[in-house]
Amino acid sequence: MTQLSKRPVTWLRRNLVVIAGLLTLAYMILPNVVVMVFSFNKPNGRFNYAWQQFSLDAWKDPCGVADLCGSLALSLQLGFWAMLGATVLGTMVAFALVRYRFRARGAINSLIFLPMAMPEVVMAASLLTLFLNMGAPLGFWTVLIAHIMFCLSFVVTAVKARVMSMDPRLEEAARDLYAGPLQTFLRVTLPIAAPGIAAGALLAFSLSFDDFIITNFNAGSTVTFPMFVWGSAQRGTPVQINVIGTAMFVIAVLVVLGGQLLASRRKNSAAPE
Amino acid sequence: MTLTEARPVKAEPPVHKPSTRKRLVPYWLLVPGILWLLVFFALPLVYQASTSLQTGSLEAGFKVTWHFRTYLDAFGEYWPQFVRSLLYAGTATILCLLLGYPLAYLIAFKAGRWRNLVLVLVIAPFFTSFLIRTLAWKTILADGGPVVDVLNTLHILDLTDFLGWTEGSRLLATPLAVVCGLTYNFLPFMILPLYTSLERIDGKLHEAAGDLYASPATTFRKVTFPLSMPGVVSGTLLTFIPAAGDYVNAELLGSTDTKMVGSVIQSQFLRVLDYPTAAALSFILMAIVLVMVTVYMRKSGTEDLV
Repeated sequence: MTQLSKRPVTWLRRNLVVIAGLLTLAYMILPNVVVMVFSFNKPNGRFNYAWQQFSLDAWKDPCGVADLCGSLALSLQLGFWAMLGATVLGTMVAFALVRYRFRARGAINSLIFLPMAMPEVVMAASLLTLFLNMGAPLGFWTVLIAHIMFCLSFVVTAVKARVMSMDPRLEEAARDLYAGPLQTFLRVTLPIAAPGIAAGALLAFSLSFDDFIITNFNAGSTVTFPMFVWGSAQRGTPVQINVIGTAMFVIAVLVVLGGQLLASRRKNSAAPE
Repeated sequence: MTLTEARPVKAEPPVHKPSTRKRLVPYWLLVPGILWLLVFFALPLVYQASTSLQTGSLEAGFKVTWHFRTYLDAFGEYWPQFVRSLLYAGTATILCLLLGYPLAYLIAFKAGRWRNLVLVLVIAPFFTSFLIRTLAWKTILADGGPVVDVLNTLHILDLTDFLGWTEGSRLLATPLAVVCGLTYNFLPFMILPLYTSLERIDGKLHEAAGDLYASPATTFRKVTFPLSMPGVVSGTLLTFIPAAGDYVNAELLGSTDTKMVGSVIQSQFLRVLDYPTAAALSFILMAIVLVMVTVYMRKSGTEDLV
């Protein structure tokens, strides 16, 4: 009886959380829906903010705006190299931090934490000061240096979490079975750490690809995709921006869902641990 | 509150006794990454410190003259932007927590087999450039748009006008729009750490609380929420810090009356070319944020976030 009378309250409470959560989710997804819908718009004038009429023009000609696809290619390139650089350097640091004891550990930990706890505009301004003082020409290389710098800490954090939860007995077992240090690393350690490294790499790519503030300070006259969008907010927003935004969204969702499908299938086919 | 003792104890990382030959290995692993951070993160801060104490002009060149007045002048002139930045970022952080907690809770405990899908939906917006998504808010909040119409019909905008959050019964170019954009942009940074710490909570603790006649509300207040504190702390930091330095939302969704300190630093640096003032401003911002972060972390008792 008490259970029965309690049920509607419990039901309401349970669904309150669900409803609130779904509303938040809607708030987060709404702009993407708007971006998608407005990629089919045929705006009246230079700005694509008000709905006029349905059109496929922009989808048929995604590179139809001067410099748009060039900036996109540049951002993809930057994202790739920043990902590579930050992942290699960050993974090395993460392994050193988890596996070894050494002096200045605390200082190194704070050096890794601080870039994440620093407003972007501060890092952007100070890095520009350095480049100006050294007389370094602003462009692709200065942006790449900056991107590797702020992605590094995130890679370290992601890889560290994974390596820390690794069972050291697995490596001991490999050594007991006469695997050399290199063999142990390549065939045991690396495969176990791989998800952490992959997560760090993915994070680095998306951070670099989407970065605006640090890039804007240090790019000189080089224009990345976010900078192109920023400029277009002043000059006029071509529909093609929405096309590219939508395409990236769809591709990303498909890649992530595909990866999860693959992972769950692999988990199902593998023998239970 | 003995239940907090159930918090997982972090295992000490395995310590290898290295042979003399291998003793240098950690240093070889560390050197490239740490050098990168020293040269391109720490050194620039030193350069900026020296720039902030220089005087001169672009034509004649700048010289270090230990001109501390720059700090006073900069803060004296731009303190409204500082206050605004902290106010907007603080409000956005609280809103992120209020909006993000139910969703993180939903993913961790209620989503069941939909969990991965919802997680993907939380992360997926990231892949459309945040500038494009922020521009989409211009459409959503536009004058004469459905949102403004509904709020006007309900006379909610009259209330927010009265409170000074909006102006002239419109949303664009108002503080409310900027806070809305900030909240939106940094929500995932709140949800992901919250989810991570909620997910670690042992479901049996909920059962135990229920068995001990705790109501769901009591269970949440005494078990779930305290156990999710690490997520709350890192989530609020990950939201507040970038929001305080952000100028994209203020520039795209706000007006000249909503300018945040990031805008000022950016225009001093890239347009006015007054490097000492820009450097001083960004140092003040850094100091404020670091002090707040340190105090907050001390209070909440979470020392290591890395």
